[in-house]
Amino acid sequence: MIIFLSCIILFLIGLYAIVTKRNLLKIVIGFALVEYAINLLFALIGFRSGMLAPIITQVDAPHRFVDPIPQALVLTAIVIALGTTALMLTVVLRIYNRYKTFDIAEIRKLKG
Amino acid sequence: MSLIVKTVTTIMIGFIFIYGAYIILHGHLTPGGGFAGGVIIAGAFILKILAFGSEAIDEKKSEMGSSIFESVGALLFIGVAIAGLVLAGTFFLNFLPKGIPLHLWSAGIIPFCNIAIGIKVGAGLFSIFLALAAVKYVMTD
Amino acid sequence: MIELYLFLVFMTVAAFIATEIKDLLAAVISLGAVGFSVAIIFILVQAPDLAIVQIVVEVVTIVIFVAVVFRTTHVDETIGKKLTSSHVLSIVGFAFFALLFFVATVRALQELPAFGNATMKVASEYIRLGLSRAGGANLVGDVILDFRALDTLGEATVLFTSVIGVIALMRSVGRKKLKA
Repeated sequence: MIIFLSCIILFLIGLYAIVTKRNLLKIVIGFALVEYAINLLFALIGFRSGMLAPIITQVDAPHRFVDPIPQALVLTAIVIALGTTALMLTVVLRIYNRYKTFDIAEIRKLKG
Repeated sequence: MSLIVKTVTTIMIGFIFIYGAYIILHGHLTPGGGFAGGVIIAGAFILKILAFGSEAIDEKKSEMGSSIFESVGALLFIGVAIAGLVLAGTFFLNFLPKGIPLHLWSAGIIPFCNIAIGIKVGAGLFSIFLALAAVKYVMTD
Repeated sequence: MIELYLFLVFMTVAAFIATEIKDLLAAVISLGAVGFSVAIIFILVQAPDLAIVQIVVEVVTIVIFVAVVFRTTHVDETIGKKLTSSHVLSIVGFAFFALLFFVATVRALQELPAFGNATMKVASEYIRLGLSRAGGANLVGDVILDFRALDTLGEATVLFTSVIGVIALMRSVGRKKLKA
């Protein structure tokens, strides 16, 4: 329970950066933190104490594995997170090249 | 970068590439698979550009090559899926024989899917890196 | 599992530093610390596939972030500026929402099985049939490429779309050579 709550705290730190920061790069960092928090929560939910990683090494041995499904879901999500982060950084780079600042308040003033 | 970095990079790139290929080809037996191996192979190319600078490569040719490889990977993945539809009646059906468990030649279509995803992810990440970090231009607008 | 708690605390502290520090390069490096501790926690909860992918993806993420910081600026000039009313309003709104969200998640997490006792209704079926139906010894690979392959096709589509987006936004038409 406490372990799950620490993931929620990481999520809230990321959300804090997204909502209240005025620097565009800090907002992208907040998105990355939220992604880590959700991936970690999934992997922790699938854990069973004393069990092994879900790799079969002997055909006839009894299967004592942790849950493979959350791991499969997170595996695709990690690579998607990299793609979305790269796309966000591209937009941020273009905005900086146009306005020469990361401050979203300044960018709002310079609109047009 | 300095001479030490360049020499070590020249020696290490081959090993990194082989490790990525191993991770992809053994993805159905050991931890890893197409995603991890593809990113490792992209990392080998990224290391080369970081050590030698983007003058060492032909930017146009690299962009063209990574686009072609990414499209080939995506088409290979969809091709495996459609082969299942045509030959056995279900999209993504594992129609090949399963072979002996725990041997390299087993698991039907899974190694082929791993290879396709490895090519696709590696080429995709390398073209993201080329576009974002390696170009020698600034935008004017 | 004392090391798991240690890494969770380290991760939280590094995340807080990443959001609050003034130097953007230091913020990016703190983000890398969070990512690598996530990778080590993946190893501790018996997920080696995730750990391999997380480590290499983290390296590529940091390289891209550092490239963006080098091409722009090191200093976060918004830290230490005077707070405007809309900024104060966003902080108050976030605090209110965070409190609500925290209470709701505490109640929702109580419904989950406790840490280390996952119920495996679907997964037990996959583990039983994995070697005979799909044939791969790596059960995670069986799930993403055989039982749930459509999910992976969607992921490939998303990655393809983001690559197209990056290349279209950074295309060379209309760029001028850097005077250096």
